[in-house]
Amino acid sequence: MQYALMIYAEPGYAETLPQAEREAVLAEFAELLDDPRCVASAQLQPAETATCVRVAGGRTLMTDGPFADTKEVLGGLFLLEAANLDEVLEVAARVPATRFGGVVEVRPVVAR
Amino acid sequence: MLASLVGFLGDFDKAEDAAQEAFAIAAERWPASGLPPNPGAWLVTTARNRAIDRIRRERTLAGKIHLLPAPEAVMDEFDDSAIDDSAIKDERLELIFTCCHPALPLDGQVALTLRALGGLETAEIARAFLVSEETMKRRLTRAKTKIKATGIPFAVPGAHLLPDRVDAVLAVIYLIFNEGYSGRVDLAAEAISLGRVLAMLMPDQPEAHGLLALMMIHHARRRARFSGQDGEDLVLLEDQDRSLWDMPQIAAGRAVLDRAIALGGRGAYVIQAAIASLQTAEAVDWPQVAELYRRLADLTGSAVVELNRAAALAQAGDPAAALRAVDRLDLDGYLYFHSTRGELLRRLGRDAEARTAYGRALELATTTPERRFLTRRLDQL
Repeated sequence: MQYALMIYAEPGYAETLPQAEREAVLAEFAELLDDPRCVASAQLQPAETATCVRVAGGRTLMTDGPFADTKEVLGGLFLLEAANLDEVLEVAARVPATRFGGVVEVRPVVAR
Repeated sequence: MLASLVGFLGDFDKAEDAAQEAFAIAAERWPASGLPPNPGAWLVTTARNRAIDRIRRERTLAGKIHLLPAPEAVMDEFDDSAIDDSAIKDERLELIFTCCHPALPLDGQVALTLRALGGLETAEIARAFLVSEETMKRRLTRAKTKIKATGIPFAVPGAHLLPDRVDAVLAVIYLIFNEGYSGRVDLAAEAISLGRVLAMLMPDQPEAHGLLALMMIHHARRRARFSGQDGEDLVLLEDQDRSLWDMPQIAAGRAVLDRAIALGGRGAYVIQAAIASLQTAEAVDWPQVAELYRRLADLTGSAVVELNRAAALAQAGDPAAALRAVDRLDLDGYLYFHSTRGELLRRLGRDAEARTAYGRALELATTTPERRFLTRRLDQL
């Protein structure tokens, strides 16, 4: 089964960490990417680069900024192939952002 | 039976259908042919075979069911004498962990546990939680759908996940118990039998024994907790008629507690069970109760536990120290904060302040026994 792990964190949390800790975080991310179960991943540019698009009455409306106005913003995602939810939850708990007030939302992907 | 079928089929609804079918076949055959040597095993085997038949008919589903390729005995053509219960794996533990998975909403965990493990009908669960049958049905369906859609495993969690997940199971059982404790007795008994199953299946988990002991000792006092024609009056521990206590059950609860302590249990349920045990002793050792509440407060950081510790200090003969401890707590919206303060102030002879405190508690009371109790206290001042 495939699962999406969507990482919500406070923007720039990693930059405020001491050097050693920041390096540890990067190493942990690298380890997650190297996991053979990791099918795909993406790290997103900061939320300030976001543009929201809607279509109303045939017109395309564009607004600046992320969709939801919360402190934590979507910063990246993983796609993981796993046997069951527990396996994914264990990986999710290893995402460094979760230690610094961030949240990982886990959702199964619709099979095609 | 259901646990074994869910384990085999990996699907709650299919397991329930198969079980129903097996019961229908039994109802038809047993009156004529007599009971098979092992009715339980017969039902499980028949249900499995029926399910396999059905799955074969619905070939498209085949890929989704694990264990399917193994061709089982041809429908109902097995040798009755060859079946015994030990051949059927007890998979209730797996079922418990699936039902109490923290990825499910808590009300869904509770409902599913009662339905799948307690064997309660949806309508019974709905009545116990004062919701419509339709609402309960939806709650169960949502939980079962999430199990299937998200791949919640039918398995006992691995060692590193186990402590947290055992806590989650214990919390669900204790929640069911407390629903029953506030008046609906059936659920409390149901929780105790779930607790007994869990302690049996996880004999080395001290907290499982601790919770079981706690529930047994509390439940043994149920008939003494309320008085009056319709049980409308709340009776405090010290005023309870001990002849109404179920002494054999208290003794049995203590034996379970001893087992928990022998296993090295020092967790929150073990401590609470130890407190419950002390409180049912001939002469209550209140300083010891206060000490256990202190340990429990250290573990849980709960202000309510601190309040209980203060009450125990008062019982141990020091109401002034108790009042000082109570006044440090930030529990203004909590009925028992004000009723405890009222009681302490009364004992210290500060009647006017006691009246104010009891009055505040009365404003917060939500049930008839609580209101009647507090009104009585106010009248006595």
